[in-house]
Amino acid sequence: MFTNRRAFLRAAAALTAVVTTAALAACGSGDDGETGTPVSADQVQAALDAGGSITVWAWEPTLKQVVTAFEAKYPKVKVNLVNAGTGNDQYTALQNAVAAGSGVPDVAQIEYYALPQFALGKSLTDLTAFGTGELDGTFTPGPWSSVKSGGGVYGLPMDSGPMALFYNKDVFDKHQIAVPTTWDEYVAAAKKLHAADPKAYITNDTGDAGFTTSLIWQAGGKPFSVDGTNVKINLGDEGSSKFASTWQQLLDGKLVAPVGSWSDGWYKGLGDGTIATLVIGAWMPANLESGVPAAKGKWRVAPMPQWTAGANAAAENGGSSLAIPKAGANNALAYGFLKYATAGDGVKIRIDNGAFPATNAELKSDAFLNKEFPYFGGQKANEIFAKSAAAVVPGWSYLPFQVYANSIFNDTVGQAYVSDKKLADTLKSWQDASAKYGKEQGFTVG
Amino acid sequence: MTTTPARRDRARRSPLLTALTALMLIYSLVPLVWLFVNSTKTQASLLDSFGLWFSGDFSLLTNIRDTLTYDDGVFVRWLGNTLLYVVIGAGGATALATLGGYALAKFDFPGKRGVFATVIGAVAVPGTALAVPTFLMFAKLGLTNTPWAVIIPSLISPFGLYLMWTYAAQAIPGELMEAARVDGAGELRTFLRVCVPLLAPGIVTVALFTMVATWNNYFLPLIMLKDPDWYPLTLGLNAWNDQAATAGGEPIFHLVITGSLLTILPLLAAFLFLQRYWQSGLTAGGVKD
Repeated sequence: MFTNRRAFLRAAAALTAVVTTAALAACGSGDDGETGTPVSADQVQAALDAGGSITVWAWEPTLKQVVTAFEAKYPKVKVNLVNAGTGNDQYTALQNAVAAGSGVPDVAQIEYYALPQFALGKSLTDLTAFGTGELDGTFTPGPWSSVKSGGGVYGLPMDSGPMALFYNKDVFDKHQIAVPTTWDEYVAAAKKLHAADPKAYITNDTGDAGFTTSLIWQAGGKPFSVDGTNVKINLGDEGSSKFASTWQQLLDGKLVAPVGSWSDGWYKGLGDGTIATLVIGAWMPANLESGVPAAKGKWRVAPMPQWTAGANAAAENGGSSLAIPKAGANNALAYGFLKYATAGDGVKIRIDNGAFPATNAELKSDAFLNKEFPYFGGQKANEIFAKSAAAVVPGWSYLPFQVYANSIFNDTVGQAYVSDKKLADTLKSWQDASAKYGKEQGFTVG
Repeated sequence: MTTTPARRDRARRSPLLTALTALMLIYSLVPLVWLFVNSTKTQASLLDSFGLWFSGDFSLLTNIRDTLTYDDGVFVRWLGNTLLYVVIGAGGATALATLGGYALAKFDFPGKRGVFATVIGAVAVPGTALAVPTFLMFAKLGLTNTPWAVIIPSLISPFGLYLMWTYAAQAIPGELMEAARVDGAGELRTFLRVCVPLLAPGIVTVALFTMVATWNNYFLPLIMLKDPDWYPLTLGLNAWNDQAATAGGEPIFHLVITGSLLTILPLLAAFLFLQRYWQSGLTAGGVKD
């Protein structure tokens, strides 16, 4: 099963490579300089009233209810919601459809880390033509800057994942460990916990690109910078080094559980206390409630540990946007749906079903902040998440080929988890392998 | 001649080989046992119990019911799709391999050596390698995301054709065909009435393994299909498995496991039912008599 998936990811990555090259070649030829004719709000409204049908590719579960409500509000519109795969699977399908020029959906869910790849490949509609300027201030800073690329806006933020520390209070109480507020304390807690109970680990980690980049992000690292087709990769900058030296201590002491996130073993560990904390995005509560019901009441939320005592820095982890592929047939109608789902009535429906918003209005509303989570023993966890969202370190960007880079993360950085190689060195190998790929794709990589 | 095989059997009886075979047997059966044991558990007891023994309530029947009804019974739809792909795809592949193999074995025509080289070459190319070019071609034809995108490539089975070719060459005496022709039977009648019955074991063998290939096909439908309504079971179960790795998604490992058990049952039945043909078919052509 695992090797199959590996093989598949490789094949998918290879295919993606072909497609990206083609896309870059196309944009290099200079025939694609259109800015897009403005589409007014009235025109979007007219499209919604006139009706029609759009196809939406998304795997996010709460969109089902959003579509139902949307169709009730605009009875002439038919939304065909298709789960074309989760994450990478869907990106491969989308790249294929774009390359083949047929079967491209009108709307697609794209995670923030993958968005630059599609935006730079000219596969997505620049939404500024729809007047996205009016949405300034609607979304929290992290997600809003994630959907912007080179002056364009290529998606509307659907959810966000400001990070927080989720911890199993029972385990911490049992071994009388204080909840860590800095990463140094976190390492100390990891040692104390594992010494007290050799079966218990502070957290699990087998090498996860999303997690690693988020922690570097919080540490103030800016390993990726992009200016047009000029890309710089430096996974040895100060923030990256801070992460590497701290995390190396956990690896050296074998203090993280060798369990992959989202596996059955992971859900098991979260339930039985052998995985005592998670530093993860604010969308996690819904997953704990449905995936680990047995641990209800045991878990709590705290702010993310800091790199400097007393600081208040956070990062985003995960989260997706909704984007409009260029080849889609009915852009005005698609934008009507996008706005409804990300900035209109859809937001509340999604929050009610457990999603975490990316909109300021909801994040600041009393109803949201005062919500008590029975799963966290009645704690008002949203207060912590909202503070984290406001503290996200600005200026982060992903690579325009991050999907590929993340797919080779385990081949490079993953080595540090299973051999004597040092994390800092493996980050350098990841950098080299990514740079090599970038050059092959026609980027200038410095 | 009659005593030799018996004596050889006795000479070859070896405790080491028996032990190795027993090990292989266990090796092959453990995953099946695991699958069955775990499909009797609830999602909660699945995570906090030992994998190879029963735990908690025996919820196999509940699991089966939930698998069949989850998400408006989409599993049943996927089962129907798989059956459609198997019946038309594998059935068509078998029919084409039989016709082609028979023709290649029993008729002489120019270019036969070329066909032989092509078929042998095609046996060596894994289907996965052709999936991407096939996708781009089908996209041009506007066939992606339709059942045809899965069925048409499944119709071609170079190995099946090769097997039918060798089998037909051995199983049908030329004299028999001559006799049929002398008696006034046309080519079609000769084929259907005289040759097909002789080819039956070969046909069943080819049918079995094209069936297995189509039933388990993963990569081709993965890149051809995006609409879950056309997914076969393999893709559907994977989609259910991925649900656990989604923000806000509900992990349903117990349904994935029960679904997998239900998925392999028809294959197990087919094998038990047709295994004697399978054996005689695979050894055909191995010995010249």
